[in-house]
Amino acid sequence: MVDAEPLVRVRGAAKAFGGVQALRDASLELFAGEVHALLGENGAGKSTLLKVLAGVHRTDSGEVTIGGGPFEQGSTRRSREQGVAVIYQEPSLFPDLSLAENVFIGRQPVTGRGAVDWARMRRAAAVLFGQLGVDLDPDRPARGLSIADQQIVEIAKALSTDARVIVMDEPTAALSASESERLLDVARRLRDGGAAVVFVSHRLDEVFALCDRLTVMRDGATVHTCPVAGTDAGEVVRWMVGRELTDLFPKTETTPGDVVLRVRGLTTDGVFDDVSFDVRAGEIVAFAGLVGSGRSEVVRAVFGIDRYDSGSVEVLGSPLPPADPRAALARGVALVPEDRRQQGLFMPASIARNTAVVVLSRLARRGVVRERAERELAAHWAQRLQLRHGGLDQPVERLSGGNQQKVVLAKWLATDPRLLVVDEPTRGIDVGTKAEVHRLLSEQAGQGLAVLMVSSELPEVLGMADRVLVMREGRLMATLDRAEATQERVMLAATGQASVAGEGSAA
Amino acid sequence: MSRVLSWDRSVFVLLVVTVAVGAVIDPDFAGGSNLGFVLQDIGEIMLIALPMTFLIMTGEIDLSVASTAALAGCVLGWAWQASGSMAVAVLAAVGTGVVCGAVNGFLVTRLGLGSLAVTIGTLGLYRGLCYALLGDTTVADFPAGWTNLGFSSIPGTPLPYVTPLLVVLAVAFGVVLHLTRTGRWVFAVGQSVEAARFAGIPVARLKFRLFVVTGAVAGLAGIVYDLRFASARPDGALGFELAVIASVLFGGVSIFGGVGTMWGVVSAVLFLGSVRSLLQLQGVPGNALTIITGGLLLASVVIPVVAQRWSAFRERRSRVLAAATP
Amino acid sequence: MNGGLRRVLAGREAPVAGALLVVLAVTTAVNPRFLSDQGRFDLLVAIAITGLMAVGQTFVLVMRHVDLSVGSVLGLSAFMAGSAVRGDTGGSLLVALLVGIVVGVVAGLVNGALVAFLRLPALVVTLGTLYVFQGVQALLTGGTRINADQLPTSVVSFGVTGFLGVPWLMWVCLLAAALGGVFLRTRRSGRDLYAVGSNPPAAELVGIPVARRTLLAYMVSGACAGGAGVLFLARFGGVDSNAGIGYELPVVAACVVGGVNIFGGSGTVLGALLGAMLLKTMGVSLSALSVPEFWQQAINGLLLLVAITADRIVLLRRERSARVEAARHRREQVDAGPALPTDGADRAGHDGVTTTEVVR
Repeated sequence: MVDAEPLVRVRGAAKAFGGVQALRDASLELFAGEVHALLGENGAGKSTLLKVLAGVHRTDSGEVTIGGGPFEQGSTRRSREQGVAVIYQEPSLFPDLSLAENVFIGRQPVTGRGAVDWARMRRAAAVLFGQLGVDLDPDRPARGLSIADQQIVEIAKALSTDARVIVMDEPTAALSASESERLLDVARRLRDGGAAVVFVSHRLDEVFALCDRLTVMRDGATVHTCPVAGTDAGEVVRWMVGRELTDLFPKTETTPGDVVLRVRGLTTDGVFDDVSFDVRAGEIVAFAGLVGSGRSEVVRAVFGIDRYDSGSVEVLGSPLPPADPRAALARGVALVPEDRRQQGLFMPASIARNTAVVVLSRLARRGVVRERAERELAAHWAQRLQLRHGGLDQPVERLSGGNQQKVVLAKWLATDPRLLVVDEPTRGIDVGTKAEVHRLLSEQAGQGLAVLMVSSELPEVLGMADRVLVMREGRLMATLDRAEATQERVMLAATGQASVAGEGSAA
Repeated sequence: MSRVLSWDRSVFVLLVVTVAVGAVIDPDFAGGSNLGFVLQDIGEIMLIALPMTFLIMTGEIDLSVASTAALAGCVLGWAWQASGSMAVAVLAAVGTGVVCGAVNGFLVTRLGLGSLAVTIGTLGLYRGLCYALLGDTTVADFPAGWTNLGFSSIPGTPLPYVTPLLVVLAVAFGVVLHLTRTGRWVFAVGQSVEAARFAGIPVARLKFRLFVVTGAVAGLAGIVYDLRFASARPDGALGFELAVIASVLFGGVSIFGGVGTMWGVVSAVLFLGSVRSLLQLQGVPGNALTIITGGLLLASVVIPVVAQRWSAFRERRSRVLAAATP
Repeated sequence: MNGGLRRVLAGREAPVAGALLVVLAVTTAVNPRFLSDQGRFDLLVAIAITGLMAVGQTFVLVMRHVDLSVGSVLGLSAFMAGSAVRGDTGGSLLVALLVGIVVGVVAGLVNGALVAFLRLPALVVTLGTLYVFQGVQALLTGGTRINADQLPTSVVSFGVTGFLGVPWLMWVCLLAAALGGVFLRTRRSGRDLYAVGSNPPAAELVGIPVARRTLLAYMVSGACAGGAGVLFLARFGGVDSNAGIGYELPVVAACVVGGVNIFGGSGTVLGALLGAMLLKTMGVSLSALSVPEFWQQAINGLLLLVAITADRIVLLRRERSARVEAARHRREQVDAGPALPTDGADRAGHDGVTTTEVVR
């Protein structure tokens, strides 16, 4: 049921931020009644294009039309009025307001005298939730709602505005398998209702299961548009990267030494359950699993950021007190956190200050921190990690993502740890830096450092790890040696499915 | 605001200019007795502003400081009457400050309550305890040797006895903030509490201690206040909390934490004191001087924003012009 | 109806109202004169001024802002209103009210403009204007005061008379509370205030005119403080340059005790009014119970601490149970159903995406 005339047409759109050309030549055609996949590597320009449709950005040049007429850009409100709704990966609802009000905020049904008609609003919300096939109480506040349900509320909002174009920006990235399945169902219902649905995802199996057509972007330009039916994953990936993939993990072989970290029966109710594992000196152990499977939460608990309900953590044979990061540090444990900007760095502070913050007492003489020692330390690590910077006094907020990650690594390696825990070590950094980080980790392990890595990139896990621990729903499902760890086995354990990813996707 | 002319430097320049202008237009202003008067007048504010700078830098606030000072002042009077020993009374007063600060710190760091709400509550609580302790009476029989410390000057100088206390504490707090690990921690916590936790900084303990120190110094300020007026009154130091916070913010400390300098704050307190004194000498009514405090406080937040927008506007315009003329 | 009743009982107002009733009952039992006609009248007069300001403050607090300048606005408005009707006779009560409210609205515009358009922190802005307005008032009065004999009788008698046994001042307060309450509960623009306070960036995103709403909230807070200035003038039959000094924090305290979240997003005018009533009643009842009145401040402070602690505990409990519930739900779903096969990369797309993960 694809119409002849596209509902939305983007042609030759360009957009620059400062010196960065985010979009060069982006084109996109959306038809009513289709689910359209928008694909591309990080930085390919998908988000910028979506934000143009959302009314957040305005193109510098190019043409955008909706329903045959010009699309008015640059206002989120006008975008909505023109029938475009965007569902973000992590929607931001109003936690204090009821779900019904979240759906209708600013457009609440009113009585003849202009008062909000609470009963009618509640009923309308219930009808919308019913249409989407979900069971949510319109009266409950949004606080504490799961991300999946928050997205449903956003979609209900889109329905209530009679949105013709519904953009879903990586909606399933943070969802469990069954939640994803429910979302795909909802997307199909929207399509069958005549909407044009834009679906951004990095899970190609979902794309093949759900979408009718796809558009691939690379370096700010559209490189290919075609029906999903006539293509396959390998071809799509080649369009995305423009090159064949090579394996580039410089893993040095090591003989594991003594047990550095021993975790037994670690449990936090509702988060993770009875997790036990060891990490030896010179060994890289990787946590694999879906998001929400509890990997980050386990390493946070090990390091002492969060409390745990029961279980034990031992470092080098003696127990580590719970919820005490300082004790962990003193015992040679370092944690490179998941969220670089929020958890890893003090953004307004300089490279030198960031590098030195954990080892200040070592740099102090009679309580006074010696600035020279601080700078020497930073200079040492900047050189060691080939940090590209404009002086050690430069605030880290002005560095690129890859260089910021190097500062975080420098900060933790400066503590001279016995155990390095790295949570998503290469998320959002460029390919070159990625390889540098991998080489560094490998090198450090070769020198006897115990490394515990959480990663969502399967090739990274398989390429780097001596052992792979697979988590699912807060439980440790499998421990695989390097030899036995394959994509299939890891995914099998991570999803608990009998089918291997990729095979069932056409069904 | 260029980086060279940062806000704290601007305040220091303003202070110098004010003193210079004042000395030219009014010979009384630069006179020794007036200098002494200014120092005495700002004594308590300056004292409390020192630890308050730390607290605001970490993103917290303490509105109960004036009540804490008053309660410590009342305890001083009460303990003096009860024990007949000023040493005991002073210890009791400072101890009171410590306890008040610890209560705030406990509620904020252990129970996780917002410091604004908590200290509005303890502001009332501590002030109420002042009345509970002394009723509507005042204690005015402190020994003369002690009250002389409060309002006479160090022999041979025009400086009040509080001066060395101010200098020593200001230097000490400045050194801790800018040169020590604790100071680095304070900046770090203000810039990102979460990153601070991941860096192993004991955030809760640090904040708790800052509340305790703030209470202790407020207690000290309560003693200074009592001695200056030679009496302990339940309504002492009324409204000082806002004056202290205004000074700290005017000194360039960000209300969101993570930004500020100790000498900016010290300059701000001295500057506000000088301006008030200068205007008073010019016959401007005392209550109207609050316009200066408020106006400067507003200026300290308005000017950077306006300057930033102006420079962004100019940059945009020059880019447009550059694009128009290839 | 049932849902409505449930909402009332589960709401934050019920415990405050309950506490208020307990205080009233206990005090009356011990001292029957407490709620005599005169006693009741005095109590309501005492509540009216703080109550009116708390109504206005609620508008600002639910937006995650604060207005510390209300005490100074009260003083300024009382003086301006008093000056406007000084020496006049007849019908000038309305003039006083009009002048007072206009002064308040203008002050609110100043605060609101600085917060809304320059996006300055509300605490700093209103602390600054607290001093500025106070200074303006001092400059205008020049140390003089306005006495009852200079004021028209309509103004003075407004402060000491009532209607149906309720003082006029309280009627003003109740009228403002009713209007404010209905606005916040039933108007779309009123609901916007909660949305902004609950999640400011999201409010921008859904197209709520945040700056205009902020301006509105500060104008309402200013208008209430301005009106309270006239009530002050009427109640005390005059004004001097100390009027209103130190009123700001008790007003915020009344709101917080009444369940208005100081971090925005929740709270009602009714709650704020009940909070003001509870705090004031507590004070008056102490003297009726022959407890020295100076315990009042201490007990008010304590009440505030109890209120926020209780709120915090309830919130923590809810979040914990929601977390456990969500985990249980998720597990059930997983065990239940044929789910879509997914590849091992989970949040990969978040920012570091990878093409590698899709190769198999």
